[in-house]
Amino acid sequence: MDTTAIIVTIVGLGLAAFVLWYFFFSPRQTTSAVSSSSGVQEVDITVKGGYSPDIIEVERGKPVQLSFYRDEENSCSEELLMPDFSIRRDLPAFKTTLVELLPEKAGTFTFTCGMGMLRGSLVVK
Amino acid sequence: MEPTTKTETLDIEGMTCASCASAIEKSLSRAPGVQSAMVNFATEKATVQYLPGQASPASLKEAVVNAGYGVMERPPDTSAAERSAEIDRQKALAYQKLRRRFWVAAGLAIIIMPLSMLMLWPALMARVNMPLLNYALLLLTLPVLAYSGREFYVSAWNGFKHRAANMDTLIAVGTGAAFLYSLAATVVPEFFTSRGLMPEVYYDTTATIIALILLGKVMEMRAKTQTSAAMRSLIGLQAKTARVVRPDGAEVDVPIEQVQLGDIVVVRPGEKVATDGRITEGQSAVDEAMLTGESLPVEKKSGDPVFGATLNKTGSFRFEVTKVGADTMLSQIVKLVEDAQGSRAPIQRLADKVSSIFVPTVVVISILTFVLWFDLAPVDTRLPLALVSFVAVLIIACPCALGLATPTAIMVSTGKGAEHGVLIRNAEALEKAYQVNTVLLDKTGTITRGEPAVTDFLAPGQDGPRLLQLLAAVERQSEHPLAEAVVRYADAQGSSSLAATGFRAVEGKGATATVDGQAVFIGNRRLLAEEGITLSPELTAQAEQLLSQAKTVLYVAVAGQAVALLGVADTVRDTSVAAIRELQALGIEVVMMTGDNPQTAAQVAGQVGITRYFAEVLPAEKAGKVKELQAEGRIVAMVGDGINDAPALAQADIGLAIGSGTDVAMEAAGITLMRSDLHGVVTAIELSRQTIRIIKQNLFFAFIYNTLGIPVAAGLLYPFFGILLSPMLAAAAMALSSVSVLTNSLRLRGFSPIKN
Repeated sequence: MDTTAIIVTIVGLGLAAFVLWYFFFSPRQTTSAVSSSSGVQEVDITVKGGYSPDIIEVERGKPVQLSFYRDEENSCSEELLMPDFSIRRDLPAFKTTLVELLPEKAGTFTFTCGMGMLRGSLVVK
Repeated sequence: MEPTTKTETLDIEGMTCASCASAIEKSLSRAPGVQSAMVNFATEKATVQYLPGQASPASLKEAVVNAGYGVMERPPDTSAAERSAEIDRQKALAYQKLRRRFWVAAGLAIIIMPLSMLMLWPALMARVNMPLLNYALLLLTLPVLAYSGREFYVSAWNGFKHRAANMDTLIAVGTGAAFLYSLAATVVPEFFTSRGLMPEVYYDTTATIIALILLGKVMEMRAKTQTSAAMRSLIGLQAKTARVVRPDGAEVDVPIEQVQLGDIVVVRPGEKVATDGRITEGQSAVDEAMLTGESLPVEKKSGDPVFGATLNKTGSFRFEVTKVGADTMLSQIVKLVEDAQGSRAPIQRLADKVSSIFVPTVVVISILTFVLWFDLAPVDTRLPLALVSFVAVLIIACPCALGLATPTAIMVSTGKGAEHGVLIRNAEALEKAYQVNTVLLDKTGTITRGEPAVTDFLAPGQDGPRLLQLLAAVERQSEHPLAEAVVRYADAQGSSSLAATGFRAVEGKGATATVDGQAVFIGNRRLLAEEGITLSPELTAQAEQLLSQAKTVLYVAVAGQAVALLGVADTVRDTSVAAIRELQALGIEVVMMTGDNPQTAAQVAGQVGITRYFAEVLPAEKAGKVKELQAEGRIVAMVGDGINDAPALAQADIGLAIGSGTDVAMEAAGITLMRSDLHGVVTAIELSRQTIRIIKQNLFFAFIYNTLGIPVAAGLLYPFFGILLSPMLAAAAMALSSVSVLTNSLRLRGFSPIKN
């Protein structure tokens, strides 16, 4: 093995480790819902190559209104799925789509794009 | 009572601190007509309650502006139909754009390919200026990247910022690496030559991959719109206008949104019924196939319910509106199908887990592939080999096929079900129905009609038709279910109606009236006994025979003489025998359950070809019988009319409610059958079997494709057979894989239930 190969190996393994850490183990952005005067927990979510914030904390038993603003045309994010709440919604580009639900059970519920690539989770406490 | 207030929510602009919020609150509260105002600094929203006469959204906005802040204009609330139209419009635009991007990429790739292959003809190569050719290729490839492929890079970058990786990440990294390598080889070839390497370029690879993947996307998008076609046609059934009768008698066409409860709507032959209601005058036959799947038009008369989106055939009628908007049957069906399409099938769980870690994992595999090739291949070829394998791995991996495998099939299938009057609550119900090996039928209302019908009319030595006329005249006055059965029977026999006078219902016994000058009695034996009328031995014998068949017997006396008997029983639906045979042909054991005595149960069971049955089951024991079957290791589907068998429906692995085409809000059932016959059960089970079969094929294909494709692309076959997958072939495979999954799901569109 020559020097170049050694360098390539080290850089490659380092890169692989970085990819694993970056996508799986790095800290995520968490937001708690804000309750409006009417008792609805409201959260604004921007959809652009992912969901930000992507971890949303809400309280159990109070209605939740999620406003998804899709800030891109990329077809990846055009569908929103929340299977635990039987929700499949088309998100029009550059528009806000309201999704309302009532979390009755505590737990972590994922929401994803149509193909399950983009992910976020609703943490019900 | 207080005057009604309205609530308005305003999006406030320009708040920088919590005190801004209170300033706005103050300004709003002081505005005339405002009852209360609340401003939330965090959500930047103001919620105002006001009296509609004294304040308006405009005046509220003014109050906010006066306080020194702004109000963001919100798009007006749009209806579901408008929203779906907007989405359709956007999708059509996106499709056009995608096609344009594909054609640009394909057009350029077609020029780039042969130019890159010049090196195959050494004689030609000698005359061409290599660096110049590379620059020409670079120029041709740039638009492919910057225009056609732009979205991949943008999306990958946006995803990266969110620590999310998607299919675009793979394509962006793959083509990006090929392009950057080629760029280096074009601009600084001496860097390569000085190290004894050929400055090879991969512009053809880059352009072709992008073109092929876009082709796949174009095909995918076209196929995807078809998966929701059934849903769209359901929404499209909604009538746009209704012909409303004004109090002054004028008939006016009004938009459907303005129709209100209690309005009287006119429907002429050939017109669509605008919304749900009850007929107030007129009669007709209505085609309800779009809601129930029932192909024969249904006769409707005054007092009968009609449903929006059904088609009036022959007569014209007026109806009173009882439901509008989201409460109508059509809206409920749409909602149910929508919910089902958003649900997740348990079978998908593994695919979901895999796809959540898929892309980063593939990126790691591709990096390791690069490193291995670089370390193990001969020094003079290691870089190109490592690069080609790296790109091929990234490109061939297809998370889409995994992601599309289940949901697309569920979407097509739930839509298809609705078309045939089978409403599937969620994907799990579909999966359960697939596993069913035992169907438990509640006799009354499912196998039988659940309403009494005259089965025997015995009038020895009498003028039968004439007698029937007399009976019908009496029974028309009565509201008893048995009386209705008699009237239906008489009508079916074509009896003309006579007038009855002095009608009197005798509680718990029967009824009497005078028809054509003769006193007519019809009722049970006690009625006749009280009148001192005795039965002839012949009639007594016949009555006993009817009773032994578990039928209800009605006794008839005219002018003080017992003259006839009517046998009344719940009759088996015409379709039950065939449907039960079809279920058995599917390998399912059909079991019957009834509250009747064992003799009656045996008789009905024999009539429809059922060998196992439970008799004398009390309503409260129904769920227990389901459990009993489950304890035998069976997967049980319970079929009931949903009235008193909700616990049994819920206990069963899958509950099917037979809904006589009226009520879709059946909570306990996983599947609701709009049409009241057992063919729906066959349709539901067949549809579930086909759907799950297709899902399994899809998942198998998607897993196999990736588990075989990735190692081959990484060059696993190279050491043994010298085969290395070209990244261009990888792109073609990847484009085809998701399209194949979609196409396979779309096969469900051809589903048609066994002929019934």
